[in-house]
Amino acid sequence: MSRIKDLQKNLFGGTTSNARQFGMIFTLVAIVLLFQIWTNGLTLTSGNLIAVVSQYSYILILAIGMLMVIVAGHIDLSVGSVAAFTGIVVAKAMQEFSLPWPVGILLGLAVGALIGAWQGFWVAYVGVPAFIVTLAGMLLFRGGNQYIGNADTVPVPEGFRAIGAGFLPEVGPDTGYNNLTLLLGLAACAAVIWRELKSRQTRREMNADVAPMWISVLRMAVMVGVIVFATLRFAGGRVGTSLPISGIILIGLVLVYSHYTRNTIGGRHIYAVGGNSRAAELSGVKLKRVNFLVMMNMSVLAALAGMIFVARSSASGPQDGLSWELDAIAAVFIGGAAVSGGLGTISGSIVGGLVMALLNNGLQLEGVGSDMVQIIKGLVLLLAVAFDVYNKSQGRFSIIGTLMRPFRRDDPPPPTGTTSLTDAGKAPVSG
Amino acid sequence: MRSAPVLLEMRSITKTFPGVTALADVNLEVRQGEIHAICGENGAGKSTLMKVLSGVHPHGTYTGEIVYQGEPVRFSDIRASEHAGIVIIHQELALVPGMSITENIFLGNEPRKRGGIDWKAAQRRALELMAEVGLQEDPDTLVKDIGVGKQQLVEIAKAFAKDVRLLILDEPTAALNEADSRHLLDLLRGIRGRGVTSIIISHKLNEIEAVADTITILRDGRTIESLDVKADGVNEDRIVRGMVGRELHSRFPDHTPNIGEVFFEVRDWTVRHPISADRLVCKGSSFNVRRGEIVGFAGLMGAGRTELAMSLFGRSYGVYLSGQIFKDGEEVRLRTVSEAIDHGLAYVSEDRKAIGLNLLDDIKTSMVAAKLPKVAHHGVIDQVREYRYAEEYRQSLRVKTPSVDEGVTKLSGGNQQKVVLAKWMFTDPDLLILDEPTRGIDVGAKYEIYGIIQRLADQGKGVIVISSELPELIGLCDRIYTVFEGTVTGEVPRAEADPEHLMKQMTSTKKTPIR
Repeated sequence: MSRIKDLQKNLFGGTTSNARQFGMIFTLVAIVLLFQIWTNGLTLTSGNLIAVVSQYSYILILAIGMLMVIVAGHIDLSVGSVAAFTGIVVAKAMQEFSLPWPVGILLGLAVGALIGAWQGFWVAYVGVPAFIVTLAGMLLFRGGNQYIGNADTVPVPEGFRAIGAGFLPEVGPDTGYNNLTLLLGLAACAAVIWRELKSRQTRREMNADVAPMWISVLRMAVMVGVIVFATLRFAGGRVGTSLPISGIILIGLVLVYSHYTRNTIGGRHIYAVGGNSRAAELSGVKLKRVNFLVMMNMSVLAALAGMIFVARSSASGPQDGLSWELDAIAAVFIGGAAVSGGLGTISGSIVGGLVMALLNNGLQLEGVGSDMVQIIKGLVLLLAVAFDVYNKSQGRFSIIGTLMRPFRRDDPPPPTGTTSLTDAGKAPVSG
Repeated sequence: MRSAPVLLEMRSITKTFPGVTALADVNLEVRQGEIHAICGENGAGKSTLMKVLSGVHPHGTYTGEIVYQGEPVRFSDIRASEHAGIVIIHQELALVPGMSITENIFLGNEPRKRGGIDWKAAQRRALELMAEVGLQEDPDTLVKDIGVGKQQLVEIAKAFAKDVRLLILDEPTAALNEADSRHLLDLLRGIRGRGVTSIIISHKLNEIEAVADTITILRDGRTIESLDVKADGVNEDRIVRGMVGRELHSRFPDHTPNIGEVFFEVRDWTVRHPISADRLVCKGSSFNVRRGEIVGFAGLMGAGRTELAMSLFGRSYGVYLSGQIFKDGEEVRLRTVSEAIDHGLAYVSEDRKAIGLNLLDDIKTSMVAAKLPKVAHHGVIDQVREYRYAEEYRQSLRVKTPSVDEGVTKLSGGNQQKVVLAKWMFTDPDLLILDEPTRGIDVGAKYEIYGIIQRLADQGKGVIVISSELPELIGLCDRIYTVFEGTVTGEVPRAEADPEHLMKQMTSTKKTPIR
């Protein structure tokens, strides 16, 4: 096997490889590079990266929940309203009853769970399509927000603001960087290396093809490189800034939910329901419970996103969370989820969300108006999904294959009549 | 009848699908104004032949010649055949439930006036057509508000609206009750008098005997014979012999059963249709299974075998009314699929693509899907263990695939079926219910599947095989129950099982004493 073929096969982990996801990683890299050049290096500065994370972390948190909803074959249009409703309830409770902020957060999560149970009940147990239930929820909770807040803004206390606008504290010796962010980066590098080695071992135990060592090393080097770069950027910003707390919450959720969707029985059941609900039911999957939990989980995450947003803008208002659902849904579909359910990954959705975020950010840095930004985002969404549909109609398709084609010389067909070297090697020894 | 001119002649029609020859050199001759029945077992090629005739399989996808009204014809699609006056009415009616009778009759064929639809003319013509088929309803009634029997009449009126000359009915009475069936058959006799020729495909041999002038019998995609009902003195037995008269030679692995005690028993199982409250799909069915025994369920399509199996398997079909299930002497209640799985039941569905597999999955994921806790620690799936189980089944069932990481859609039908079998063997069942386990599978793979079924029985499990192929049941099963209209109508041990006897019990409600 040639090295290029090895690379093609193994570069991206090899499991459930999905042309769309590869495509999106390339797109993401391309967008970053494009804007980096276009903005004369503004995109990858510490300040801008920190701003992007704190500005888009709540959308990405929504994308996690939305991915699971879409994989199960549903949709949730209410997340923006649920976020806004939770925000005002929490802000109001802390203002009127002077609740301590940790209690406020717990209250918010409880409100999310309650709303989720309400929506999950209609979807799972009554059988109303999620589109309708959450469209109703969108109106209901938007109205609820304005009813409770009298269509006014309600400020939140200082402590609460940390989850949206906070940074890691400065501790330890003065290294010129934020030390805790450095430590996180170090841990991430160790985790990446450990994971790569563990996955090699797992594949050996499964008697599966183990990628050549140089591929693993290359892959680790690329990822460690990206992490080191990001760590230095986030740690090296203005004094007092670091990787935002909201970014840390996001990373934690991504890790937990990735593990859940990929490796647990519960996660498998979500994919089974979305892939073929009747087959899942006949395999003993409790369809209603899965649907209920998926919808409920979405609302809890929406509540969390709402609180982070309120914390960041230090007040809850009637316009919070407008059209968030569309951003979250777009992120999931750009990230490779199937419209019909059953397919999609958390990491894909995060990449999809980052594509949207960086596109938005880069265009804003360039001073492009919000009119053009929306037009461009709309086209990106359409093209990403059209690309997927086209792929499916064409059968097998590999972005990597397409990209590599100019560099690859197809093996010449074995000459007929004569025996090539490899054939001779395999042929039984006669005589 | 033999004197009437020939309306349609299909000459040496051969139609192949990838890997399967559905029709081989089939000939059909239909005379003007007759009722021509086509009989054959499921899969004999009846529907395919009609699809060739009506242009669903267009000219060029088959070989052979169709001569209609004295001229060779080459239909490119259904519209072309309808234009020539050939109308096919499928088993699943092609009506729009939310539209009125009139609208349905003229759907796609609306009388026009100045760019719009001439509803006045449509209404008038609809009334005439309804009178012709004996349908007494307000033409503005929505189709969903009338019964299946009347819907069938709307379909026929719709065919008349297109100036039908040759009407093809595929299992027209399958969903009808007796009164509606009788009305429909009378109608067919009536239109024969007016020069409309009809071809009828039906499993109900008594009806065919009563109404048909000529019968053509297909078997394994070949024309076996054409019988003139009046002249040849045809009766049901004669038809059955033509349908099943095939030599059974070793299509089955040798097997010596080792049968133990009765461990699974169903008594008076009664279930109603999920939507129509007055329709029973299982009526007081009772049967039992012994350890190590392969029990067959014979019946025609729509007899209620699948419904019986699925309603037993965690009430997955219909609404449970009454009946008991005993396992190892104790009554068990299986209200959900997971309860059924926990009690050692497994159901392999007849439609593996629609409800048996998640087609997005790979092989190993599919194989462990019905009992994930077996490969998990505290809810986290152990990939190595999952892989090892899958690999074990891949080898023992000889699934032809480069790796268990492949998607199930990449497998052939036979190998997909092995994956489904592995999925249910993985749940360690005591009783496996296999619904049409060899449907759409080539002969070689069938042989392997039979071997797997026999091995399961040898492990002391009970196996129920539902099949529409009588030779398969006779070759494989130790005992066969016959099912007709939701009722178990007979029980035949292997030694006494012969196709004609079974076919008789499968087509009549007359209950023979159960030994």
